[in-house]
Amino acid sequence: MSGTQSESNPIAGRPSQTVEPSTGLAVSESDPVDHRAPLILGAQTFHAITEAVARPMERPAPRGWWICFLISLSMLGLLGVSIAWLFWEGIGVWGLNNPVGWAFDITNFVFWVGIGHAGTLISAILFLFRQKWRTSINRSAEAMTLFAVACALIFPGIHIGRPWVAYWMFPIPNQMGMWPQFRSPLMWDVFAVSIYGTVSLLFWYVGLVPDLATMRDRSTGLRQKSFAALALGWRGSMRHWKHYETAYLILAGLATPLVLSVHSIVSMDFATSQLPGWHTTIFPPYFVAGAIFSGFAMVLTLMVIMRKAFGLEQIITMKHFDYMAKIMLLTGTMVGYAYSLEFFIAWFSGSAYELFTFKNRALGPYAWAYWTMVTCNVILPQLFWFKKVRSSLVWLFALSIFVNVGMWFERFVIIVTSLHRDFLPSSWFYFTPTFFDISTMIGSFGLFFTLFCLFVRFLPIVATAEVKTVLPQAIAHPHEAPTIEHGPAAGGALDLARGGTA
Amino acid sequence: MAGLKGILRGILRPSLPPGELFGALAEFATPAELYHACEGVRDAGYTRWDAHTPFPVHGLDRAMGLKASRLPWVVLVMALGGAATGMGLQGWVSTIAYPLVISGKPFFSWPAFIPVTFELGVLGGAVGAVFGMFAFNQLPTLHHPLFASTRFERASDDGFFISIESWDPRFDADRTVDLLRRLGAKEVELVPSFSEPAKPGDATTRATP
Repeated sequence: MSGTQSESNPIAGRPSQTVEPSTGLAVSESDPVDHRAPLILGAQTFHAITEAVARPMERPAPRGWWICFLISLSMLGLLGVSIAWLFWEGIGVWGLNNPVGWAFDITNFVFWVGIGHAGTLISAILFLFRQKWRTSINRSAEAMTLFAVACALIFPGIHIGRPWVAYWMFPIPNQMGMWPQFRSPLMWDVFAVSIYGTVSLLFWYVGLVPDLATMRDRSTGLRQKSFAALALGWRGSMRHWKHYETAYLILAGLATPLVLSVHSIVSMDFATSQLPGWHTTIFPPYFVAGAIFSGFAMVLTLMVIMRKAFGLEQIITMKHFDYMAKIMLLTGTMVGYAYSLEFFIAWFSGSAYELFTFKNRALGPYAWAYWTMVTCNVILPQLFWFKKVRSSLVWLFALSIFVNVGMWFERFVIIVTSLHRDFLPSSWFYFTPTFFDISTMIGSFGLFFTLFCLFVRFLPIVATAEVKTVLPQAIAHPHEAPTIEHGPAAGGALDLARGGTA
Repeated sequence: MAGLKGILRGILRPSLPPGELFGALAEFATPAELYHACEGVRDAGYTRWDAHTPFPVHGLDRAMGLKASRLPWVVLVMALGGAATGMGLQGWVSTIAYPLVISGKPFFSWPAFIPVTFELGVLGGAVGAVFGMFAFNQLPTLHHPLFASTRFERASDDGFFISIESWDPRFDADRTVDLLRRLGAKEVELVPSFSEPAKPGDATTRATP
């Protein structure tokens, strides 16, 4: 098949010269679209990309996958046991005490919601900014988002003490005639996180449809039937693509403010309280930056493994890692700025309680957690300034793990250090996690990695249709001068859609 | 009522040409060739036809003479509907169903209701965009005459196709096939409608897979 393609398609391999469609200028072979080095390496054909993505799904699962899957599944089993025991015994199985009413549960919740921000950032915000490099990584980052949000949603559900009345969180007519209190940020959180999960799922599925059709057309038997049902009968119709691209652009436009709102609202759970250490207006931007930072760390962790395991070196290139490292450098520095600003405001506010809280954070009983956070989130990511670090998979992987750890500790520090020193010194207490605190946290990683293992095995892990659009030969009308024959109704938003994907 | 029924039926039922022949299917080697062929088919005055590509080809909608999607209007209505539902629900709960005095705020303390209003607006818009897109595209359509063509399987991999449907007023099996050949098609085949299989003596030149 690829043989006939290259015979009949003289520009399928390496085009000698092409013309930039929007300007009509001839550009050199290496920068057909955006005057930069190619995003996809090797003399790729459309068919080669389909093969590269579909092959790993069609081969029997490698032994490494089974090892990862079984370890993840065991951890997921631990989650089941931990939650069952929690429901049986009650919240007392955790190490919570009187001033520290939130600890590992809400730390894990905020940690997972934060991880879930990189996927939508990549799929929506980078799409609107026409960052074409997103096409190689957006599918798996979106999947990661969904699974992280699924992990996050567990914790508010199980930490409430009486999980059988978890439905009180939703505005459902009930026999008591009671309704939720909508002035509470905890209610906003219910809506923000569940709607974020729903919209991310829709966005991910819409992106999957053309690739599911690709898989349908390659497979037989039950696999074909399953893919056919999920692909909804997609037949690559240009009339369909037209609505599809409009829908994708609008989804990106809607998801961008959504993703920024979600972690802002999560931060308001803290910021609208009157607790020193929580009651601060810097929280929404600080949380959003931290979320993107931690999300990219997790994307990096997963991509380094996935790329190696599935031989995707030509599609996920070192350039992609370089860009991700730069985003982490930026957001990590923003987080570091927020840490230092918190101290400044604590001093500048003149509030003795604020100042005490922050002194206690850096020098008190949880100083070990605070300095772990600062080391992992602020100091170590500065190594990303060096090109050598950004182009070494070992460094990238190691730093991504440090950032994952550091961002978990950030939430732990914010929640526990602010709570453990109450206004009354008689209620001061030190929180120590129990076995079930730790097992529930490990179990949530089990859920995350189990879902991710299933995803890489059964669904196209790279957005093949989108990656094909960044190949040089995808440009259809190299000889056509730019025309302005259509009014703004035909251009405008749709040109943006094309610019983003083509 | 009949009008609404007709609209619903139009959305839910795939619109396929009647008769034995679905239309002509032509394969082109590259997006560039497809692009020029689409301009040719458009200029020949065909209206019931389509291009099929593995990815959205930049500018092909212009070569086909397609109008802008009306989907944004669906999204606008759905997003405003979602936001209105959000504000309406919170306002009703806080003033009529379960009025509570919280921090001495008025019952209808609307600034506190903005986050949920915004989130439900986004939800409405996203649902409108996704399901509106599927409705405009008449998806799911799990069965389609084009799927009978083995060659067409490449439309989701690396094949570039034009299909001209037989109920186009300008459609004529011989002349349409001829036009597609002249426009540079690698292969042209006639695709039967799936309800009525092609008879042996038929003029169709459907290539055997």
